[in-house]
Amino acid sequence: MTQAFLGYTRPDGQVGVRNHVLVVPTVICAAVVAERIAGAIAPIGAALPHLAGCGQIGPDLSVTHDTLAAYTRHPNVGAVIVVALGCEQVIAQYLADTARQAGKAAHIVSIQGEGGTVRATARGIEIARGLAVELGRAERAWCPASSLVVSVKCGGSDYTSGLASNPAVGRVADKIVDMGGAVVLGEIAEIMGAEHLLAARASAPATAAHLLRVVRRVEAEAMALGLDIRGTQPSPGNIRGGLTTIEEKSLGATHKAGERTRLEDVVPYAGRITRRGLTVMETPGLDVESVTGMVGGGAQIVLFTTGLGTPTGNPIAPVIKITGNARTAQTMADNTDVDVSAILTNAGSFDEAATRLFDELCEVASGRPTASERLGHREFAIHRRNATI
Amino acid sequence: VNRAIVISALDNVATALEALEPGETIQAGALSVAVAESIPRGHKVALRAIDAGEVVVKYGSAIGHASASIGAGMHVHTHNVASDRGRGDLAAAEGAR
Repeated sequence: MTQAFLGYTRPDGQVGVRNHVLVVPTVICAAVVAERIAGAIAPIGAALPHLAGCGQIGPDLSVTHDTLAAYTRHPNVGAVIVVALGCEQVIAQYLADTARQAGKAAHIVSIQGEGGTVRATARGIEIARGLAVELGRAERAWCPASSLVVSVKCGGSDYTSGLASNPAVGRVADKIVDMGGAVVLGEIAEIMGAEHLLAARASAPATAAHLLRVVRRVEAEAMALGLDIRGTQPSPGNIRGGLTTIEEKSLGATHKAGERTRLEDVVPYAGRITRRGLTVMETPGLDVESVTGMVGGGAQIVLFTTGLGTPTGNPIAPVIKITGNARTAQTMADNTDVDVSAILTNAGSFDEAATRLFDELCEVASGRPTASERLGHREFAIHRRNATI
Repeated sequence: VNRAIVISALDNVATALEALEPGETIQAGALSVAVAESIPRGHKVALRAIDAGEVVVKYGSAIGHASASIGAGMHVHTHNVASDRGRGDLAAAEGAR
């Protein structure tokens, strides 16, 4: 089997491309302490500050719980510290147990249990330093491309996204799947208008029906508000960039999932990606919520195309920024990893761009920091399903 | 260098890769189309006359319908194309009637 990158093989058989100490607050009340603990061992420490963990009922609570648990078992995480307040809904022990079941060391620090912010922070930092030393001893080893789960995402789209960067990423998606790997596409609203193309590539009729059902549900939810989805889809920036309707945006956006990958599965938000080939995940269109969900599902790395430029990163997964807009490559140079604008000037081909992108993917998977990692972009937002009670 | 790009032979619009001005001509396969008005870079230009109500096609698929008749070479955007998806506003107006 072709060895593609240097990764970390985990006790549960998954492969990581980073080796973070994850510091996860169970509830917003524990977020500052968690950030201070992670900050003491930067950049190996990765906090997951979030706005939930209490005041939640039903699906809203289970999405929060499931998303946090998904991060604790993620292959880019080597060890876990759960920071609890002590009276919240999200269960610290459950998160720690999830990490241990995946073979990772896990500790719980309770703010009420330790006796306040100062003692909890000090205790957490002491544990974090020990874990950082242990993780520092781990060595990377050659891993096949078949162990990759790659999230494909676009944000700040303009006309170049559908014409250049998304089809270039699509060729990489085809190649990853050909090599036995997995690709995940989110943002159901941005499949609206292009669902017929993905459904036609489903490996089973039930999977096609599932996709169409999910797209219809999201469309019905938007329409139940009695409003025109054009207030947000396409966004004002998309419209200035030349995109007229959601159908046009979606048709350009789905190119990034490949041209011939088979649709194998449709999973809920942050749901585990278990199939090789293409999986569609039910995420909203907001970039950070979408990336948060797809990484939670098990994506180790994100290929993120942009026309207008955007800084979005993730606490535990490298996000590679790709633009087909030559002006953006210059004006947003800080945030850009790969410029594929030569496709539109006829100076370069899709194949040349895809080869460069795949090489970059393997380099980043082997440890090279992305622009978003260098700049400290660690955006994290769990999709909320209903109002805080 | 292409000044405009047509993605599928089924398309009735092209995408301008540079700002286009009236008087110039773009080439779409065997078809040559005179640009009728200013088209900003990245925006779409009609390859032929599109009647009001007719489907606008890009990437070989429908991207909405013409909300006004559009002449060949004219700018195709939100002022003369309407989406057919997620239109809760239309459903609400229908319900109120």
